[in-house]
Amino acid sequence: MRFSGLKVLKEGLTGNKGWTPHWRDPEPKDAYDIIIIGGGGHGLATAFYLAKEHGLTNIAVLEKGYLGGGNVGRNTTIVRANYGLPGNSEFYSHSLKLWEGMEQELNYNVMHSQRGIINLFHSDGQRDAAARRGNAMVNQGDDAILLDREGVRRMLPYLDFDTARFPIYGGLYHPRGGTARHDAVAWGYARGADMRGVDLIQNCEVTGIDIEGGRVTGVQTTRGAIRAKKVGIVVAGRSSQVAAMAGMRLPIESHVLQAFVTEGLKPVIDHVVTFGMGHFYISQSDKGGLVFGGDLDFYASYAARGNLPMQEHVMEAAMTLMPMIGKAKLLRSWGGIMDMSPDGSPIIDKTGIEGLYLNCGWCYGGFKAVPGSGFSFAHLIAQDRPHDPAAGFRLDRFETGRGLMDEEGTGAQHNLH
Amino acid sequence: MRITCPICGERDRREFYYQGAASMLDRPDPDADGQVWSDYLHLRDNPAGLTRELWYHEAGCGAWLIVERNTVTHEIIGTELVEAADAD
Ligand SMILES: Cc1cc2nc3c(=O)[nH]c(=O)nc-3n(C[C@H](O)[C@H](O)[C@H](O)COP(=O)(O)OP(=O)(O)OC[C@H]3O[C@@H](n4cnc5c(N)ncnc54)[C@H](O)[C@@H]3O)c2cc1C
Ligand SMILES: [Zn+2]
Repeated sequence: MRFSGLKVLKEGLTGNKGWTPHWRDPEPKDAYDIIIIGGGGHGLATAFYLAKEHGLTNIAVLEKGYLGGGNVGRNTTIVRANYGLPGNSEFYSHSLKLWEGMEQELNYNVMHSQRGIINLFHSDGQRDAAARRGNAMVNQGDDAILLDREGVRRMLPYLDFDTARFPIYGGLYHPRGGTARHDAVAWGYARGADMRGVDLIQNCEVTGIDIEGGRVTGVQTTRGAIRAKKVGIVVAGRSSQVAAMAGMRLPIESHVLQAFVTEGLKPVIDHVVTFGMGHFYISQSDKGGLVFGGDLDFYASYAARGNLPMQEHVMEAAMTLMPMIGKAKLLRSWGGIMDMSPDGSPIIDKTGIEGLYLNCGWCYGGFKAVPGSGFSFAHLIAQDRPHDPAAGFRLDRFETGRGLMDEEGTGAQHNLH
Repeated sequence: MRITCPICGERDRREFYYQGAASMLDRPDPDADGQVWSDYLHLRDNPAGLTRELWYHEAGCGAWLIVERNTVTHEIIGTELVEAADAD
């Protein structure tokens, strides 16, 4: 089934009876060429690009819950390419270009909206850092514009410019940044992979990884043993548990990150806006809800819910930046489990076990990475050599110290990135 | 979340700074292999369930604590002073 304007019109006029399921619900086979563990954004995109770019289709994606039930359906949907360090810059630049072609590539409406991101700064030091980051973005071939206070006021007149505790000095504007409908991204990649023959197997938890003579031979699951020549681990916050099944200990600590949404309101916030003096960022969904979040709760957690101190901090930061937000009613809050790495940057690499590949460490920034990560991980699995834009995401960088990508310069403590 | 400091009693979580897994106390020998040091600094058990962590009573007595906690339920099982645990 192809989606098109004509199809929508036809279905609208004939009672919407012609829509069909977006993917099959197959039984797992005994063996596959490749098994992808984890049906989140990254796992689904990996399967899609394995099929599309490398012609490999004897593949299963094994998901312990339902497709898109993890972080890919829990994030605040910000898509950007505003990194400052080599390794990250070229990767996120490539990923953003894939975003820009995604809806055509998938024939799926993911509501990608390049509404622009404005990172506010509130001191001379922050202005210098923003200018430096902006230059790095421009050098990478992406877009960045340094706004002064009046420039910000013209775009975001609703901010408190006059009485705020931390006056707004300006902002770094990234016009190609924006948001997307997170669920649709998972569904679009799932449908695209399924159409090309990939088996998407839900309610199938991997409970063991079979290794013989240093080579992976398959996995144990709650739906039986499945053999495979190659296995990719892409399970975000659960990376440590799944890697432990292969005897690996990872440089990952799992933390909870919360997000919030208000009741639907008329359009009021046109961009993505981030506060520079506390943990708060916001955008408005197409349904009208104000979607916002802050930072980690800062202690290791596997509970997909957070505690009140960070909620209070986020609300306070919101109130100091845009007092109008106090009138909105908070509808829901939730949390997701983030795979925090020691330098805040991800890992896409082989492991010491032949045929076993690892994709993790996305911290709280892996939604924007979904297409790039899938593309690069598929390349690594199919060709057994890294894809250039992701070549910096090596697992051994922590040991050698070469190529660490600590964007915030906070050192090796997992929760500080 | 409330944490009981052995010195100050039960306090709000906000008085404490979270450092990470208590494995940080098992510092390798200064001459140990680079690999051992790298593992110590970067690798974590990261359990889903019971864990032992280092917390610092920053806005209280300034003691370092070992907090035993459940990462799935956020339940605090027990706390002790690092000093006491380290004494032997
Ligand atoms: C509140 C919040 C806000 C965020 N905001 C942003 C943002 O604005 N921009 C951005 O770029 N990123 C953001 N992120 C981060 C982003 O969501 C994640 O980095 C990214 O989604 C992780 O990759 P994934 O989609 O593959 O993970 P997931 O969707 O979590 O996929 C992993 C899957 O693996 C499955 N799994 C785990 N163990 C097993 C097993 N043993 N067997 C089988 N399957 C298993 C899980 O069920 C899950 O479905 C945010 C995250 C949160 C929680
Ligand atoms: Zn104390």
